[in-house]
Amino acid sequence: MQLGFLVDLHLCMGCKGCEIACKVENEVPLSTWRLRVKYVDVGTFPETRRTFTPLRCNHCENAPCERICPVSALHYLENGIVNIDKERCIGCAGCVMACPYGAIYIDPQTQTADKCTYCAHRVASSMMPACVVACPVQANIFGDLDDPASNISKYIQVHQGGVQVRKPEKGTNPHHYYVGGGNVTLNPLASERIDGYSLFNNITTLPAGGNH
Amino acid sequence: MAHEILAATNAVVTLDVAIPGIVWPWLVTVNMWAKSIGTGVILILFVLLRMHPESVKNLRLPTAIVAFIFINIFLLFTLADLHQPFRMWHIFVYPSFSSAIAWGSFMASAFLGLLVLLVFLAYKKKNETFDKVLLWTAILAIPVTLYTAALMAQCTARELWQMPAESAQMILAALLAGSAFMILLGGNKLSAEAKNTLGVVLGLSALMAFIIYMSEYIFGSMKAEEIAAVIDYIKGDGPYTVMFWLGQWIAYILPMLFVLLSRAGKSDSILKMAAILALVGLAIVKHVWLIIPQLLPMS
Repeated sequence: MQLGFLVDLHLCMGCKGCEIACKVENEVPLSTWRLRVKYVDVGTFPETRRTFTPLRCNHCENAPCERICPVSALHYLENGIVNIDKERCIGCAGCVMACPYGAIYIDPQTQTADKCTYCAHRVASSMMPACVVACPVQANIFGDLDDPASNISKYIQVHQGGVQVRKPEKGTNPHHYYVGGGNVTLNPLASERIDGYSLFNNITTLPAGGNH
Repeated sequence: MAHEILAATNAVVTLDVAIPGIVWPWLVTVNMWAKSIGTGVILILFVLLRMHPESVKNLRLPTAIVAFIFINIFLLFTLADLHQPFRMWHIFVYPSFSSAIAWGSFMASAFLGLLVLLVFLAYKKKNETFDKVLLWTAILAIPVTLYTAALMAQCTARELWQMPAESAQMILAALLAGSAFMILLGGNKLSAEAKNTLGVVLGLSALMAFIIYMSEYIFGSMKAEEIAAVIDYIKGDGPYTVMFWLGQWIAYILPMLFVLLSRAGKSDSILKMAAILALVGLAIVKHVWLIIPQLLPMS
């Protein structure tokens, strides 16, 4: 079994329901996110549109975070999930530095690394991840990539040409796919970050750096 | 590719809550800097004892103490950088051997053990045994100084840190810092020939490190757009342009010139100035190279 995620960006409307569901389910502290939806505005007024891209851990087959972790706090589960053992983590932040997707953060409360686990605890009880349940338009498709009859496998078959991953050049083989994505949504270098353009400015963050 | 479409798409991020700030801060700079000195003086002492044994025979104990102090500084700052420092022992109980951090911890611990032995042997004036142990310590100093390069190479997200360039930079940093520190430590006890050797090592290490940095600066951008975006932080009006060039001048360019001047004028003072500049500049250079890839948003 190899569990994977697929997000159909044609369907996502940026409601952030998945973000909130994840926060509640996993008790993610203030100023940190296991899952977040990035907004990118494209075009010039009046020809503009807003794109929405949910970003979470890609549960890579060749995960740099798992490789760099000195104590195996980051480890693979048999179902392909890259899980984290917060009790073992020493907080070296090597995984944060290694992840090309910016999906790992230092939990300001526990001072350990944390990230999306595809709700491994729910999956173990045969439940869907919280974000999948919360999505009002079923933009999040979750399932077994090894099973050709699973929803995700069927979706990939139907949308073959349009299935993409983030940063394929990194060789991480992500188990997280996007349909309807493009350079602007998936490549951080394809958009600018200009002061004053953010919907929320002066965001207060807890000292995620912890002891620093 | 991404850069070319920016003008057409006018794409602007209007909401993203990316990981804030610098993940590996100045503590890691001090870590690398102290390790360069701690391993470098051992490598240089090993060379000097073979090339100029009479000149450095009294430097066994001071060098071993300096290496011991700086490796402890390195370990202290490594510990301080951990968010859960009291779990450091997990590395020895639950090691993952795919991680450069785990290998580095084991090797640095063994290196520290050998340094304690060297201090003891030097204090007891058991020079013959000291020299035998020094051989193994010098051999171990090489992977100890290189492991950070392996760690940086394992940071898949930071395209700027490439192997084998980082390996070369780490070993050159150790030779630069080791020769510089030995110039200051040896002082007037060193013979002219020994000072000459140290000056050559210092000057050539600075030259080679400078060439690698300039190669990255000029050609790195031609290889990958992520590297180009990172190098932009040290070009033009980039936030780290001044610090980058300050580091290059203090760590490499001025020491190279001062080494040449000291050889021409047979001046110890100029050689010592080159050594001080190299040590100060190395910290600046390492800091810039550590920070700039962290400025790039990953999402």
